[in-house]
Amino acid sequence: MSVGTLALVGLLGTPAIGALLLAAIPTYRVAAVLNMILCAITLASAALLYSHRPEPSLYLIVDDLNTVFLIIGTLVGFTTSVFSAGYIAHELQSRKLRSRDLRFYHALYQFLMFAMDLALVSNNIGLMWVAIELATLTTVVMVGIYRTNAALEASWKYFILGSVGIGLALFGTILVYLAAQERLGEGMLAMAWDRLAAHSALFDPALLNLSFIFLLLGYGTKVGLVPVHAWLPDAHAEGPTPISAVLSGLLLNVALFALLRFRLIMAGNPAVLSPGPMMATMGALSLIFAGFMIYRRRDIKRMFAYSSIEHMGIITLAFGLGGPLANFAGLLHMAMHSLTKSAIFFGVGYVSQLEGTQQIADIRGLTQSQPLLGWLLVVGAIAIAGLPPFGIFTSEFLLVTSTFARSPWLAILLVLGLMIAFSALALRLHGLAFGETDKRHALPAWRLAPMALHLGLVAIAGIYLPVAIVAWFRHVATQLG
Amino acid sequence: MTTLDSDIAHLLAGSLVLVSFLLLYQDRMFALLNVFALHAIVLAFSVAWQAHLQHAPHLYITALIALLFKGAIIPAALHRIVVRLGIHRTIETVVSIGPTMLFGMGLVALSVVVMLPLTQSAGAFVREDLAFALSVLLLGFLMMVTRRNAVSQVIGFMSLENGLVLAATGARGMPLVVEISVGFSVLIAFLVIGIFLFRIRERFDTVELQALDMSRGESE
Repeated sequence: MSVGTLALVGLLGTPAIGALLLAAIPTYRVAAVLNMILCAITLASAALLYSHRPEPSLYLIVDDLNTVFLIIGTLVGFTTSVFSAGYIAHELQSRKLRSRDLRFYHALYQFLMFAMDLALVSNNIGLMWVAIELATLTTVVMVGIYRTNAALEASWKYFILGSVGIGLALFGTILVYLAAQERLGEGMLAMAWDRLAAHSALFDPALLNLSFIFLLLGYGTKVGLVPVHAWLPDAHAEGPTPISAVLSGLLLNVALFALLRFRLIMAGNPAVLSPGPMMATMGALSLIFAGFMIYRRRDIKRMFAYSSIEHMGIITLAFGLGGPLANFAGLLHMAMHSLTKSAIFFGVGYVSQLEGTQQIADIRGLTQSQPLLGWLLVVGAIAIAGLPPFGIFTSEFLLVTSTFARSPWLAILLVLGLMIAFSALALRLHGLAFGETDKRHALPAWRLAPMALHLGLVAIAGIYLPVAIVAWFRHVATQLG
Repeated sequence: MTTLDSDIAHLLAGSLVLVSFLLLYQDRMFALLNVFALHAIVLAFSVAWQAHLQHAPHLYITALIALLFKGAIIPAALHRIVVRLGIHRTIETVVSIGPTMLFGMGLVALSVVVMLPLTQSAGAFVREDLAFALSVLLLGFLMMVTRRNAVSQVIGFMSLENGLVLAATGARGMPLVVEISVGFSVLIAFLVIGIFLFRIRERFDTVELQALDMSRGESE
């Protein structure tokens, strides 16, 4: 067996076996440590796949595009498992969760990692659909784990909207198969993505057009694009915070990845409608809408959930616009958003535990009550608002300049959306971080390590992006067309 | 494929659309469950006929799952849940029946208009089958939107899924159909009945989603 195959087995096998193992371990301390170790092995396998790629098979493929998503995904998965260890210990103490729930939680966490990795490496559009649905349904159960009224409502809403997405995406997948089956013959070959992308010029353009509309709405539900975003704020606010971090940092990206795969199939056929304008419109709509919604939030997790909708809108807009520069900005923004947003959720998770509330009005003066946490949250909020010297500024700057050069009207919308979101965040941040307070909270510094690591990476990327990464992203951006 | 063969296939797929309409206006719980069982049985026949036409024996498994699981076990289980929760009186609908039916007809017209011209090359049979499947899918969505009761939303979801199975079996030689239908069944069994209804019952003594709306922190 070659190194690449071994790494692929490690990537998928570790979380799959891990889920079974964790379901059998009753002590939560052991489970939390094992959870971290399993995520570290998965991360190592993903890193190995970057240099050693196995030959694509009918079911699995490792190429330039999915290694970007894999490495970001497994990295965020690992740091979230470290954060989760500290977070759940507190939840157990405050009796919000019982130890039986935690066994379930850890097993599901690994299962979620498995489903997402499978979705990223699948070469079969049917298998990709199955994996994304598995990941969605796992998070549906995890969001409802607190069993409060609000958590159940969020979970139910997510389930209902998620199943609408399931239906639309499967119908779109069936239509792509039908288009391919006429040319490539019946069976598995007509579902293999690399063959679909290579031969899409032969397919019936009308069928492909129709299929992309279903896929855009179906997978768009998972990305959280307006108008099919309604599940996202509830699911982020009511579930355990590590799951909010994984949702924003990972699952939204995986759904977007599926859209990009289909976009590449569409790109091979000159007779089809260009999917770009559709994606750009939905992206711009999400950006503006979410910007206004951030103003109105009273719940801190809900506020950052809307900020995720905003940033997924920006990324979708970038990929919709297309071209090497916009694609590069989209990829960079996706990486930076994953890191920053999960870091913010780590911070927000501790804030809501220490303060005992998620209501923004009740949280004041964090920089005094817990200086390290408070300042890290300030840094995170500055980074997510798109101010220099952080990586998100770089990607937004690239996107704005390339949009101005190509379609100035769209650029005006883009800048407007960015400004709205920025001012809304700045308004809320002031009270959160700098108000007067006489509370003092204790928090072990190591628990803030994942947050500091993420923000550090984002700051470094904003100041100096290593040449190797630039070359890698540029290569992928050109492939995306 | 002879004309009679495709006529029978059309008859079965068309009946599925018809039963979807029946589902739309049922305002009593038990009647709704019975009509859903009929929906699943019609689907089972339709899939079995496809298996026969395409010489694809694995599709008989999908038909059998539809017949036994969705046609018998699920309705029976839901029947028990409905009795235990004491919600067997009527179903609250957000939109009244008349407009819902009209809207449903609009959706069927839409799917015919969208599918027929688009799939010229795909052959008459696949094309019409897809139009029927899309109609069932959209009617399932409509049902999920108009009902506020958790049990009837689940039924809406299952009827939607029946439309997807119809579309997948109509696409010649599509792989993973059996796996997908098994996956859906497991999903329905575990997630919906096992966890959700149980927990919702535990918390509220009602499965009205209206009550859930009120409990949300941010609702005005």
